[in-house]
Amino acid sequence: MLSAGIVIPGFVVIGLVFIGIGVALFVTSRSITVLEIDYTGVEKDSPCFKCSDPDIKNCGCKVDFSIDTLFEGPLFLYYGLSNYFQNYRQYGASKDLTQLSGDLASFKDPSDVCYPYDYSVQKPIVPCGSIANSMFNDTFKLFHIVKGTRKQVALDGKGIAWWTDYNVKFRNPLVNPLKNAFNGTTKPPFWPKPAYELDPTDPANNGFDNQDFLVWMRAAALPNFRKLYRRISEGEYEKGLPAGNYSLEIAYNYPVLQFEGRKKVVFSNVSWMGGKNEFLGIAYLVIGSLCVVMSVVMLIVYAKFKFPEED
Amino acid sequence: MTWRSPLAVVRDALRGQRAREKDLRNLVSNLPYEGLEKAKQPNRYFLGNAIKTTKYTLLLFIPMNLFEQFHRLANLYFVGLAILNFVPVVNAFQPEVALIPICVILSLTALKDAWEDFRRYKSDRKLNNTPCFIYSRREKEFMERRWKDLRVGDFVKIVCNEIVPADLLLLHTADPNGVCLIETANLDGETNLKQRRVVPGLCISDPEFEPESFNGLVVCERPNINLNHFKCYVEKPDKEKVGAGLESLLLRGCTVRNTDHAVGFVVYAGHETKSMLNNNGPRYKRSKLERKLNTDVIFCVILLLVMCLIGAVGHFLWLQALATVPPYLVPQSTGHLDSPALSGFYMFFTMIILLQILIPISLYVSIELVKIVQIYLITNDVDLYDEETDSRMQCKALNITEDLGQIEYIFSDKTGTLTENKMVFRRCSIMGTEYPHKENAIRLTVLDEAESEEEVIFNQRPQPSRTGWSLDPEDTNPKDKAQPPFSRHKGRVLGNAQGDVAFSSPLETEVIPDRKLLQQISRAECSGRRLTDPYLDFFLALAICNTVVVSMATASRQRKSWLPHHGRTNNPLDTLSSLVKSAGSFCHIFTSGQRKPMQKCSLSEDYFQEEDINPPLKMETNENTNDKKKTRSPSATSDNLSYEAESPDEAALVYAANAYDFILLARTPDSVTVRLPSGEDLVFEVLDTLAFDSNRKRMSVLVRHPITRECVLYTKGADVAIMELLSTPYAEHLSGSQKNIAADTQHHLDCYAKEGLRTLCITKKVVSDKVYDSWSLNRQRAQAAIENREELLMETAMQLETNLSLLGATGIEDRLQENVPDTIVALREAGIQVWVLTGDKPETAVNISYACRLLEEEDLVINMSCKNKLICTSILDSTLEEVRRYGEDPRNVDTTPDISLVIDGRTLAMVLSSDLQDRFVDLAKRCRSVLCCRVTPLQKSSVVKLVREKLKVMTLAVGDGANDVNMIQAADIGIGISGQEGMQAVMASDFAISRFKHLKKLLLVHGHWSHTRLANMIIYFFYKNVAYVNLLFWYQFYCGFSGTAMIDYWLMIFFNLFFTSVPPVMFGIMDKDISAEMLMGVPELYRTGQGTGDYNRKTFWISILDAFYQSLVCFFIPYLAYQDSDIDVFTFGTPLNTISLFTILLHLSIEIKTWTLVHWVVMLGSVAAYFIVTLAYSAICITCNPPSNPYWILQSQMADPMFYLVCIITTVVALLPRYVFHVLRNSIAPSPLTQARHLDRLDPSSRDQWIKEWRSFRGGGHVKRSRLSTPPSPTLETPVDIYPQSPTASDITEDDFTLNVITNYQRPVHTRNKDVVAS
Repeated sequence: MLSAGIVIPGFVVIGLVFIGIGVALFVTSRSITVLEIDYTGVEKDSPCFKCSDPDIKNCGCKVDFSIDTLFEGPLFLYYGLSNYFQNYRQYGASKDLTQLSGDLASFKDPSDVCYPYDYSVQKPIVPCGSIANSMFNDTFKLFHIVKGTRKQVALDGKGIAWWTDYNVKFRNPLVNPLKNAFNGTTKPPFWPKPAYELDPTDPANNGFDNQDFLVWMRAAALPNFRKLYRRISEGEYEKGLPAGNYSLEIAYNYPVLQFEGRKKVVFSNVSWMGGKNEFLGIAYLVIGSLCVVMSVVMLIVYAKFKFPEED
Repeated sequence: MTWRSPLAVVRDALRGQRAREKDLRNLVSNLPYEGLEKAKQPNRYFLGNAIKTTKYTLLLFIPMNLFEQFHRLANLYFVGLAILNFVPVVNAFQPEVALIPICVILSLTALKDAWEDFRRYKSDRKLNNTPCFIYSRREKEFMERRWKDLRVGDFVKIVCNEIVPADLLLLHTADPNGVCLIETANLDGETNLKQRRVVPGLCISDPEFEPESFNGLVVCERPNINLNHFKCYVEKPDKEKVGAGLESLLLRGCTVRNTDHAVGFVVYAGHETKSMLNNNGPRYKRSKLERKLNTDVIFCVILLLVMCLIGAVGHFLWLQALATVPPYLVPQSTGHLDSPALSGFYMFFTMIILLQILIPISLYVSIELVKIVQIYLITNDVDLYDEETDSRMQCKALNITEDLGQIEYIFSDKTGTLTENKMVFRRCSIMGTEYPHKENAIRLTVLDEAESEEEVIFNQRPQPSRTGWSLDPEDTNPKDKAQPPFSRHKGRVLGNAQGDVAFSSPLETEVIPDRKLLQQISRAECSGRRLTDPYLDFFLALAICNTVVVSMATASRQRKSWLPHHGRTNNPLDTLSSLVKSAGSFCHIFTSGQRKPMQKCSLSEDYFQEEDINPPLKMETNENTNDKKKTRSPSATSDNLSYEAESPDEAALVYAANAYDFILLARTPDSVTVRLPSGEDLVFEVLDTLAFDSNRKRMSVLVRHPITRECVLYTKGADVAIMELLSTPYAEHLSGSQKNIAADTQHHLDCYAKEGLRTLCITKKVVSDKVYDSWSLNRQRAQAAIENREELLMETAMQLETNLSLLGATGIEDRLQENVPDTIVALREAGIQVWVLTGDKPETAVNISYACRLLEEEDLVINMSCKNKLICTSILDSTLEEVRRYGEDPRNVDTTPDISLVIDGRTLAMVLSSDLQDRFVDLAKRCRSVLCCRVTPLQKSSVVKLVREKLKVMTLAVGDGANDVNMIQAADIGIGISGQEGMQAVMASDFAISRFKHLKKLLLVHGHWSHTRLANMIIYFFYKNVAYVNLLFWYQFYCGFSGTAMIDYWLMIFFNLFFTSVPPVMFGIMDKDISAEMLMGVPELYRTGQGTGDYNRKTFWISILDAFYQSLVCFFIPYLAYQDSDIDVFTFGTPLNTISLFTILLHLSIEIKTWTLVHWVVMLGSVAAYFIVTLAYSAICITCNPPSNPYWILQSQMADPMFYLVCIITTVVALLPRYVFHVLRNSIAPSPLTQARHLDRLDPSSRDQWIKEWRSFRGGGHVKRSRLSTPPSPTLETPVDIYPQSPTASDITEDDFTLNVITNYQRPVHTRNKDVVAS
């Protein structure tokens, strides 16, 4: 029943629980370190400024940064795009799920929704559609500068996509070698290489099972998003990046300036609550406190206005 | 069939059309044409008797039903949207999916319609195949055929207890008098037998009727709907015209009773019969709530358009701001990007599709469903069931239940509505002498007490039972409440067991004679003047001057169940209840439908033989023998006689005569047999009967006295109608002291009226043979007339009813129904103004009003009765002024008495004129109750219309008789009381109840519940859809207004159709904000629903605003929690969808007032359904529903603690304001409903205590107030003529004008207000 007397304990309990959760969330969020590096190259002093000219192909740039204290691992390396509407209605629809599930019939005859990226010069495009075509193709290499020498930090590109995407939704056709499956098709116009050559280092990481491809294909919900690029979870830097100077080598391919977008690289460690987000903890704290305050108000109301027989 | 040219067919069709449209129809017998082809048949143009009430045919069902459904605007809207999906430019990905909701809704409705139509078809087929006997020339006898074979012009034989298959002109009956009795219960519910007679002078009553000998031309009017009106004449070959009317018409659907067989000529068949024309199916009214709902739907449409416009403009601006084409922009199919303006324009339609569920598609279906169940619950309420008549509440209008919760004015009939309409003879005045019948009064009082004490006595020690009533008043002490309940109750039960005999209760049938009057009669008997003695004449008049039909109580009638009217089977309730019932009931219908004519007729034949023992012929022999035989023939003792009258007061008078041993033995159209106290049977030849009509307000019977051979006219009627027709006082031969009989009788009449009795004057007139002969010629002419027959008949009646001699007057008590005062008080406390509109005289009406507590002793009663309009205007003005002054006087804040207005018909007619009606309404508005006397049915309805239109209030009219039909139809809600006066009121009504007291629960409980439930449900539906749709809307700001939905389409549809639709429907059906006991105990709670009620502009917009707030919270908390993360579109949508589900359901939980197991099951079931369906869908759908890919999303979300944390905080933040608001309002300023709900949870005893305290604290309606003026001493002077001498308005000045306060009006002795609630 909704009257002050009855709800007071409820408010107190909810308030206290919320404050508890809020504190936990806040503390956890605080423990997460995030390092963001914008490499769009809009500013003149940016090392990637030279690459921001769309006419320059295969541009590379190097961003140096230093870490003061140990950047605790396991670390996640993201690339971030802003003002990029992957959630645009027609864009999100522009893919052929049956084709991506390895159906060879769809290789020959991609779905209409892929238009205008379904055929190129009479040849069906595989993978078809706008999302695949606009796949992010900047690559990053991280170097730890130890006493003047550059030591490459091993980046792990396995398991960055959803398990279900990798194992269920996206399947390469059962053709060996994979290349034959793509006979008679053509690569998306934006791509430098066909799908079966996406990762020259690992033959298993090609075609529709390419992890970067999978990550890209999962369209982001909001125009400012980040996508997982690599993890630093094994080898020497499993425990994190020690303090020191680092250099990030970027193969700058993806044009964003035309739509006033931004590109960045994000280093972050994660906790049970995912990435750094202080909002939720604060929200819990505020609402929890509000509930406690409310219970005090209710107490006053109850004292003043209680029903006569409500003893 | 031979080939005919199309032209001939068309010509024939046109001719047929013309023949059917003509005002007069000429019909001839089909027999000479038997066997000829159809084109040669003379009556081929008229419809056959086969009926078809189905709406659809098998082949055309789908198109016709769709056409029918698209009459509903909402359906059209949704179909339009679905079609819009297929327009390429709006870029709907899966236009087929959009069809699902509308298809589900349409097919559900179609299924319901098909089922109902199938039931109609089955009942049609059954009726059409019912056997009947049609005369065949070839076979020379009546052959068994089917109803559907019957055609106009056929001859049909109906045997006893059979149903009449078509409208028949009665030509022959087995009865030698040419009489046939029918029961019209199937048609109008009247259970008394009605007499029909063959068309006079047509077919000589041969023992065997030869249809072939019938060679007349039947000319009848076009079929019409009026059940009580039929005009036709038969033109014989010799051009002689014989008139016939309703008295010779057997209506389809009636049952022939007590008549061995009857033969009739079919005049109307099939759909042209009066019963079929009357069969209109359920009434359709639009409730106030629904009218408001429709305007709010329009608001929603506007809101939708605004939102779509924002989307379109936003999209335009967003595109405009782009410098170049980004990689995520996909060109249109034309190969290039549309211009921003064009894209924006297209986006408008895409948005409409995206946001379409802002208009709740399931709302209309849900409302219909809820109403069906509400009606089901109301009709099955045991409290509204009447044991006595075995009838329960009927809902005829299916969609205005919620209006019952908003009534502000009740207009009630008096007789039969407030009162029982069971007339009890109380006292009489003969030749100016009053016979009070004290013993009878005592008997009635004791019966009364016994009834009211029934329950109490039940537990007391058993009393020695008494079998009879002593005439000694000392013996029967009325104060002795321990008097055993001489059972009125028993009588009731007995009456039920016997079946439908109308007046079986001893209350009505037994009258204890007045001893003085008995002596007077025996003196008159012995004296020589026994043929002219006024006392004997008085009782003869009572016995003769009526239309009572005598039947033997032992020969109980067989009732045959006819199928319910098929037209009414499109009542969804029937569907529902039949669904609820097992299939076994069908078997029952079929078996009960099988006729067993043999068995039934054998029973009734017994009866006929019995009656044949004393036919009038036999008695004629008795009549001339003047010896005082005391032996009575065994078949006709008064014990097994039962009287069936069209109006109960007639029966009461016959029973009264019976008590004085003037026993009405038999009545045929031509004779009346009366047994005198001396034991001799007199057979009066009935020359004519001048039936009662409301203009003349009297009826007369013209008989020839068997002994004196004089023509005697006995007239009885209302005093005003009779008194002005009196000649010189009757019987100059009486002594001079009794000369002024009229004045004395009038005085007695006034006294009777003050006691609340219904009065009738009894007169006699001897008509000379010469006068009679000339008059009867006129009369015959009038009867044969087909044009204005009614006027002519009335004129002839008025010619004869002049110079009457007054015999005396009777006072009949019309007893108040049980709990009427209690009900009226409760209704008034509920804030309802009760008006009583009656045809009775003011004195009677005022007294009944005091008795039923419509007027209270301390009330200020304004009596308006004036003779011309000028006076009327001035009285109205000054009264209004006075009343206003009282209302505004600060001293009178607490002490202002309630003002009541008594107005008579003549004055009412004046104040209803257009220039005075505003003032009248203004005055009436300030009165607590208004009593209109002497009003006509038309005035009743105009009063209702006036109040309804001028004050813009919800009105309810309740009545039981044909004179209330106008009023019932004029009001927002018409309630018919199925009582003694037939079913016309019930047939015209929206709801039918059996007792006035049921009104209390119907309005206070069911009305309140229906209204609050439906209002809250509708508000909730709007809220729900706005809250959900807005999530999509807010997302548009983050996806370039491109119309992206972050929730899977299927899940969105399921969300509305399944996950969140059952709880609100259950909320609309089951939510009980306050218990029935509380609502009945504290009628004031009803006021919350009056006026705008729970569903008004404010509540609607508050809920819409809340929906906006909640959707903002539900969108932006997850947005802030997930921003800058790697979340994808549909993973983002999953918590939003889940949060919405919880918010929407928990919002409902805040609104639900009572939680039962069903609530828990439905709520938890909805949540479970959401998770199970979504999980299953996410597990199965890998590539099934592009572009969304829900695969494994909910599963992965549910493995993430963040999902729960986001859901919890968002739900709490969304609901916190509403919750806190509810809590604070309930604590700081609780509404009456909240307080009542609070009291509900107390245990019953302390609750009652609390209610009492609360009432006394409030000052209650029953605490004595200081009086305005010294009450005038009780007087007997009539209050009618207050301003008899005020000729001009100038005479009435402010100073000397005082309100006519009739406080302490003489209270009638028979009040029954023992059950006062609050004193």
